Amino acid sequence: MNERARRLLRDAAPFIGVLVAFALFAALVPGQFLTLYNARTVATQTVIVALGAIGMTYVMASGGIDLSVGSVIALVSVVAAVLLRDGWSPGVAMLAGLGVGALVGAINGLLVTRLKIVSFIVTLGSMGIARGVAKWLANEQTVNAEPGWLAELMRKTPDPRWLVVSRGVWITLVLAGLMAFVLHRTVFGVHVLAVGSSEATARLCGVRVDRVKVGVFAIGGLFAGLAGVMQFGRLTVGDPTTAIGLELDVIAAVVIGGGSLSGGRGSIAGSLLGATFMAVLQNGCTLSAVPNYVQEIVVGTIIVLAVALDRVRTGRS
Amino acid sequence: MSHEPVLLRMQGIAKRFGGAIALESVDLEVRAGELHALVGENGAGKSTLMKILSGAVSADAGAMQLGGARYAPRRPEDAIRAGVAMIYQELNLAPDLTVAQNLTLGREAHRFGVLTRGAEKTAIDDVLTVLGHPEVRADTKVGSLGPGPRQLVEIGRALLGSARIVVLDEPSSSLSAAEAVALDAVLARLRARGVAIVYITHFLEEVMRLADRYTVLRDGRTVATGLIAETTTSAIVEAMVGRPLTELYPHVPHEAGEVVLEVTVVAGTRLPREASLTLRRGEVLGLAGLVGAGRTELLRALYGLDAVKRGTVTLSGQTDTGRSVVERIAQRVGLLSEDRKAEGLALARPIADNVTLSREVSRCGVLRKKERDAAVSALMTQLGVKATGPSQLAGDLSGGNQQKLALARLLHQDADVLLLDEPTRGIDVNAKAEIYRRIGELAASGKAVLMVSSYLPELLGVCDRIAVMHRGVLGPARSASEWSQARLLAEATGGAA
Repeated sequence: MNERARRLLRDAAPFIGVLVAFALFAALVPGQFLTLYNARTVATQTVIVALGAIGMTYVMASGGIDLSVGSVIALVSVVAAVLLRDGWSPGVAMLAGLGVGALVGAINGLLVTRLKIVSFIVTLGSMGIARGVAKWLANEQTVNAEPGWLAELMRKTPDPRWLVVSRGVWITLVLAGLMAFVLHRTVFGVHVLAVGSSEATARLCGVRVDRVKVGVFAIGGLFAGLAGVMQFGRLTVGDPTTAIGLELDVIAAVVIGGGSLSGGRGSIAGSLLGATFMAVLQNGCTLSAVPNYVQEIVVGTIIVLAVALDRVRTGRS
Repeated sequence: MSHEPVLLRMQGIAKRFGGAIALESVDLEVRAGELHALVGENGAGKSTLMKILSGAVSADAGAMQLGGARYAPRRPEDAIRAGVAMIYQELNLAPDLTVAQNLTLGREAHRFGVLTRGAEKTAIDDVLTVLGHPEVRADTKVGSLGPGPRQLVEIGRALLGSARIVVLDEPSSSLSAAEAVALDAVLARLRARGVAIVYITHFLEEVMRLADRYTVLRDGRTVATGLIAETTTSAIVEAMVGRPLTELYPHVPHEAGEVVLEVTVVAGTRLPREASLTLRRGEVLGLAGLVGAGRTELLRALYGLDAVKRGTVTLSGQTDTGRSVVERIAQRVGLLSEDRKAEGLALARPIADNVTLSREVSRCGVLRKKERDAAVSALMTQLGVKATGPSQLAGDLSGGNQQKLALARLLHQDADVLLLDEPTRGIDVNAKAEIYRRIGELAASGKAVLMVSSYLPELLGVCDRIAVMHRGVLGPARSASEWSQARLLAEATGGAA
């Protein structure tokens, strides 16, 4: 296989995966799977993992990992709910949620760079801390609040109808385009990939490695925060126990999409497809009454296969 | 010891790696109980020969005999079982285990998987007696020991495995004077037991002091061997060098201009200990010395990658006591790393990213893709980089092309002072000649080049002036015409002192 074909396969693999999953369920349960309503459902289900995956693509491209995503989503959903309950406007609740996410991310980045602790450990710690703070703020219960227009973000059938899919989906797509541009067409993006590929080289070339890392974790936190706001919009309550283990779905989406745990690589489009793939799989399995455990086994297998396939594709060159 | 029987005989050993000949035909004879010095310049084939001896690679041709029997190790384990032990510079010890645990690692005495301590104790005590170092006790954690005692533990491991030949690669380079004395004592005790020692070193004073016999390798051949008592330092140096300068060094006329860099008694955290130099525009200044003498550390300190602990650096009239890399790049200083794969390049990134990483082609933080690719393509053509285009991954290029890429980055950032660390390491002869011509052209265009190299013909062929660093201290720079390979080597090894 020549170089070009190999690269094409690498870039197209997640897309092919989505197509195959789609075709499979279209054949198995056409009546339920191939409906506009179901398409809207899948798209909306994808939003939360997809937003997390956009941020995680940056973190992983820089050679790091962020395990705090699920906890940050829960914390942000609680923060938004508490503020709304106490009479603040939905806009304030949303901004506060984004701010909390970015703050947790920036703290992660500062701990990684200042204390020179690997990001796995730092974010393992912040995963627990954010979850704990969420429970504390929420008094270990769900927080009920009037969501206002935040609920509109995740409404599957949007008003106006011409939007076709929920606002959350559109927001995700626009941000994905923006973040793909930043990753591949800006100095910051090139620096992120350079730090992930070889930190020593980046240092040699005068890249401010620490700033890049803090920036990347702040972006990761910001997107987790936005995912938290969406989660609140979907649940319309602040739930400190929501999204447990979601960071693993997010990491899986990035890995299926071609991101590498060792850094230096990452594709926003790939990560989105990875997230879509998992949502299609989940949705299709539910509709075709395939038990939950089958789905878990399939997703697990696909993750390992995706990485193994990637080794074969890149290992030879 | 010349009357002792021959323990190891290697005859006509040859080895190629792809197109490159590492060993053409090497003979080596080591006798029981002797300390045999194996010397030669970098690239002469010493490490390849020892890899063949220790079973890490296999020879293409030639034969080996150990203790009279045919010896053909196919794996390192075969060599260890036959009694050949390599002590590497990077030591292979588990720091969290004790000395005794390290000594027996991998061959613990046990019954049904449960350790039986008693049986080993006598053997361990015996080894510790030979090592005879107060800090090296059975229950000491290896992590708490310094480099010298650690090396002794490594030797002890070999001894416990009943080694007949111990190969030491540059054993004294990381040791203090006291530690070196302790090592010498252990080596003497080993030899008294009939263990042969192959001792690889650049320090000729050690060779003269410690060795019984010596073998000199040059360009993959044995060029001299004999008794130390019957030779001199200068005879060994001559055997090591003995090579005419080739047409490898195209001369590009250039002339030294005003002083651009002045380094005054600079010291780093550990190395260099003291370095002063003056570098002019249009000049190539070479830094000779042994690996580990502190030349790389000097360049890194000047470039801001390592701290300057003492002394001052004056760049274009501005004096400071150390700056960050970002500031140095702004002062138009560039560094070519000696470690191309780990530091010099981001191999997983495209050519374009690598060339422009130190000075992006951008406006308001957004890359100007077309301009960037055009600039990169122009540099690739200029330097003759063979690649499919700016988007090819750096890791897909050959060594020579990668090195040109690293040099292209310095050209792109338009550095005025170029710090080149082993600019031709591991690349083929043609690529070397091209790099030499580039260096000459850079000097001709008024740039200042400070170049570290361990390959003496290259320093003599490319540089205007050369200074030698010996154990962290930089000697005075003299015109290249005043140096010869023999004199450089003598000063680098301390043989002149």
